[in-house]
Amino acid sequence: MSKIQQALQKRILILDGAMGTMLQRYKFSEEDFRGERFKDFHKSVKGNNDLLSITQPKAIAEIHSKYFAAGADIVETNTFSSTTIAMADYDMQDLVYELNYESAKIAKKVADEFTAKEPHKPRFVAGAIGPTNKTASMSPDVNDPGYRAISFEQLRVAYKQQCEALIDGGVDILLVETIFDTLNAKAALFAIDEIKEERNIDIPIMISGTITDASGRTLSGQTAEAFLISISHIPLLSVGFNCALGAKQLTPHLEVIAHRTNLAVSAYPNAGLPNAFGEYDESPTQMAEQVKEYLDKQLVNIIGGCCGTTPEHIKAIAEIASQYKPRPVFQSENISV
Amino acid sequence: MKIENKKYLKLSGLEPLIITPESNFINVGERTNVAGSKKFLRLIKERNFEEALSVAREQVENGAQIIDVNMDDGLIDGKEAMVKFLNLVVAEPDISRVPIMIDSSKWEIIEAGLQVVQGKCVVNSISLKEGEAEFIHHAKLIKRYGAAVIVMAFDETGQADNYDRRIEIASRSYDILVNQVKFAPEDIIFDLNIFPVATGMDEHRKNAIDFIEATRWVRENLPHVSVSGGVSNVSFSFRGNDPVREAMHSVFLYHAIQAGMNIGIVNPAMLEVYDDIPKDLLERVEDVMFDRRDDATERLLDFAETVKGTTKESKIDLSWREEPLQNRITRALVKGIDEFILTDIEEARQKANKPIEVIEGNLMIGMNVVGDLFGSGKMFLPQVVKSARVMKKAVAYLLPYIEEEKLKNPQIGDSKNAGKVLMATVKGDVHDIGKNIVGVVLACNNYEIIDLGVMVPPEKIIATAKEENVDAIGLSGLITPSLDEMVFLAKEMQRQNFKVPLLIGGATTSKAHTAVKIDPEYGCAVVHINDASRAVTVVGELLKRETSALYKENLKKDYDIFRKDFLKRQRVKTYISIEETRKNKFQIDWNSAEIIKPKQLGVQVLRNFDLKLLEEFIDWTPFFRSWELHGRYPDILKDKIVGEQASELFADAQKMLQKIISEKLLEARAVFGIFEANTINDDDIAVLTPLNDRDSDTERSRSVIFRTLRQQSKKAAGKPNIALADFIAPKESGIQDYIGCFCVSTGFGTQELASKYEKEHDDYNSIIVKALADRLAEAFAEYLHKKVRTDYWGYASEENLSNEDLISEKYKGIRPAPGYPACPDHLEKITIWEVLKVKENIGVELTESLAMWPAASVSGYYFANPEARYFGLGKIKEDQIEDFAKRKNINLEEATNWLKTNLAD
Repeated sequence: MSKIQQALQKRILILDGAMGTMLQRYKFSEEDFRGERFKDFHKSVKGNNDLLSITQPKAIAEIHSKYFAAGADIVETNTFSSTTIAMADYDMQDLVYELNYESAKIAKKVADEFTAKEPHKPRFVAGAIGPTNKTASMSPDVNDPGYRAISFEQLRVAYKQQCEALIDGGVDILLVETIFDTLNAKAALFAIDEIKEERNIDIPIMISGTITDASGRTLSGQTAEAFLISISHIPLLSVGFNCALGAKQLTPHLEVIAHRTNLAVSAYPNAGLPNAFGEYDESPTQMAEQVKEYLDKQLVNIIGGCCGTTPEHIKAIAEIASQYKPRPVFQSENISV
Repeated sequence: MKIENKKYLKLSGLEPLIITPESNFINVGERTNVAGSKKFLRLIKERNFEEALSVAREQVENGAQIIDVNMDDGLIDGKEAMVKFLNLVVAEPDISRVPIMIDSSKWEIIEAGLQVVQGKCVVNSISLKEGEAEFIHHAKLIKRYGAAVIVMAFDETGQADNYDRRIEIASRSYDILVNQVKFAPEDIIFDLNIFPVATGMDEHRKNAIDFIEATRWVRENLPHVSVSGGVSNVSFSFRGNDPVREAMHSVFLYHAIQAGMNIGIVNPAMLEVYDDIPKDLLERVEDVMFDRRDDATERLLDFAETVKGTTKESKIDLSWREEPLQNRITRALVKGIDEFILTDIEEARQKANKPIEVIEGNLMIGMNVVGDLFGSGKMFLPQVVKSARVMKKAVAYLLPYIEEEKLKNPQIGDSKNAGKVLMATVKGDVHDIGKNIVGVVLACNNYEIIDLGVMVPPEKIIATAKEENVDAIGLSGLITPSLDEMVFLAKEMQRQNFKVPLLIGGATTSKAHTAVKIDPEYGCAVVHINDASRAVTVVGELLKRETSALYKENLKKDYDIFRKDFLKRQRVKTYISIEETRKNKFQIDWNSAEIIKPKQLGVQVLRNFDLKLLEEFIDWTPFFRSWELHGRYPDILKDKIVGEQASELFADAQKMLQKIISEKLLEARAVFGIFEANTINDDDIAVLTPLNDRDSDTERSRSVIFRTLRQQSKKAAGKPNIALADFIAPKESGIQDYIGCFCVSTGFGTQELASKYEKEHDDYNSIIVKALADRLAEAFAEYLHKKVRTDYWGYASEENLSNEDLISEKYKGIRPAPGYPACPDHLEKITIWEVLKVKENIGVELTESLAMWPAASVSGYYFANPEARYFGLGKIKEDQIEDFAKRKNINLEEATNWLKTNLAD
């Protein structure tokens, strides 16, 4: 059993909160995003948060640190958009390997420092694998519903490149997250399965989908249960949901998953729903109160925050989670990490 | 609490399909198979994918739980056709909700199919035909793609055609898959080859019984697998004799299913109900199936001659009409079918002791189903409003009987309902679409709704609430002054010691405003509700005796926390004095600015304008939004979740729109004018208007002044503090500039038409009418602005923009409306009314809150300067309000009142 699995048996693991929300506090300018290295780059790069792993590595490390200090067991690398597909917006496809590798290194270094300080509470790094900005199941063109802007094969190649760099950089887990189209996620799982076979390694995989509306479906139209069935062919560490909804709205969908799988269940919701001004404003206390329902109902093993959450939220969540036993986990027999 | 994760075959489309031992036989649709359907083959060859899709849809509608797609034909590019067809299938949620079976004998077609479907599919099929290496290779890939697989009973030496060969190949395949490939055994489905019987050849006599027995062996000896097959093969020798074939299929299935066949391809139209097979036919078919007599085939053939040609008639499916009464009523409500409702209600009435029981029993049972489906996201708002239409018709039919009953038994009180809710659009406001929708939905849930309509003065709300002893009050409003009306009402209710919850809704309302401004004024619960589905839950919790007290208390707490958080979070904005802002105005270089003299100055009026011309200018997206269907038009029509509803609603709206246009049910009127104008004293625009239209050339004109407001928050360096006045050349520049203003309305006739539907208990169409009138008014404003740009004023005569471009405001110049972000001051409407003589010219009036009546009206200014742009005023300070009051010559209190929502705290 890997260290993560051992930890999962003992307690509820805490995942970090939002990276973007924290980065906003730095109010980085275009120049800050560019740094010395990209000062003459031909395109605006402000908003390319993943690039900050190269140009502002201290800030990234600092944010990881804050989350670990707040009680997180796992932090996510700053690589949500680090695929050739998402980086095409900035003409930075060539940087993909470096972005993932460096981001993994930064996070791993901080994690190791914390583990050294608190050996009873080992810290882990999850390589964040976003959905990309294209979808393989839906047409962007209303007049041509059969059209696809991206193919499974293109996604597989892009994901494979990202995952290899993340693994080389030392991540402990691969986290395929914010899945709005299950077919994209299946391409990622396909790529990861290939790497595992080619390198003869095993690495835990976390899967996290996104339910986008009250009817309880993903953007590509699947129900929570159909989603679970569609990604269960690869051995997983955990399955769950993140983003789109606040903790409260996520509860029924987590129940669907938690009652139908023996895998660990993860949840990292937003800080509530956006308010009239498009901001997430659930306070740490409010969010922790909502999260209590998950704990009372024994729905989760891994819990953290998505959009709008901060170290204060994670601290409040970690405090309440520490008072509960984890949901019992039964690993499927074909996992042996 | 380990979950019982038994090894069941689990598949998925948009929805799950889990096959357990308790599951009924899983029927695979096979009409989308070019090898099995001549029609489908023709459609694919002709590349008529649209109709090919309807074949798939029909199958799902007819109950297929998986659809088999096969494109193997010599004259088709199978890979291309498979991908194209599956991509289209995936875009149709009513088809792709079921799992897909990707069927081909060519691996490259199977793989191409697996790459375009998100759900867990079934691959049909692989086998040991080409040897173990290829079998393993394909199985590994299928596993990686996450699909289940059909394994044919076929190996290197050929197809299994007897009992022993079937179990030999099945067990060898199973062993390789489970032990070498580590394929999940529950994801394996064996196709054990169904072959024809009664062919006249001796070696075929045991075909059915061998299949059935092999199935039994496989299910008993190879754990977790499924067994499937194509059933119609078995009756192959009786082609052309449907009665016999149907009986053979039923008999075969009946026994095969008992032996463990759990999946199959069966044409439901080619199946007789087992119990309905005539005894003599049944006996002869079973003789053949079980090889019970040497002359079994001859006897069946003889019998076949006697039944040939007695084909079944197909008819429209009205079978639900045969169901018990309650099912019929529930179905009519859920599906919104009013065709038979009165017949059913009459039947229910005759069965009931008292007519009221039909409402409290039959109808409420049905509406509870509607409520549950809506609450769980399985029905959408337009459907619920249609259900309400059926409900209302039924209730209207019953009312006279209920009255009669009351006369007979006066001791019986009124019917029980869940509670009384008073609903009103507040004083000065005329917008009621959202309020009506919430009312309809609450009424569906057995609340009595007292709807006071629009422009309801607070005294009337208070008096009615007391008189009727209501359980909750719902206030609605769209324009900003309504927010204050709501605060006023809350205060008044507190003063009069009201104890009923207050519900707040409408476009400008928000949880923030409710929490910060309304909630503190009222001792009982105040809750902001912005969609109809939430209204039901909230009102339910508020009025249910068991939950009410706690819920109210929690609401109070929730709003208290929200308010504190909100106030805490308020970013401290810095403001600068009005004098300073004027030094930082938006700069236009007037010497080089291109100012185009309007072709025509003065006021013009359009009446009885042809609505047909407005059709193409309609922005449909807000129309769907008013029905709580979210998404952009036209994408929304294809939306995975609401697409079907949106399309249905759109069709109904189109029907109504065409009726309105062809029967001229609404009248469109407009008045607009373009005038000489210059900015004076920084923020005012002096406009030279003719005293009356005919005199526009004479000297007899006068000056009217538009007052504009200036952004007052401290801006980043280089960012101006904008006022609309900045877009007009200042007097001192010596350059003559121009401004326009307008009012359009398509609201004349709306009230009459909507009431007509309301009288027929048809809220659905009443709401459609109102929502359409609003859209037409916006379309008219868009149309007129275009005509002004390209023609009347003519400053952009070269313009060539599509409707989408117009919606995204790509045109030159702007048309800001008083009451909206650039000029939130509603008072300016009074000036526009004066300048254009709006009331006299086209009959649109202003209410005391300065809302326009009829509601479907739009008014505003025209600014032509290419630099003019939309902006939000944001918050302003007292000094500007004082200055504004002075300029406008009104007292400070009045000015503050009108601009309260814009005043920075």
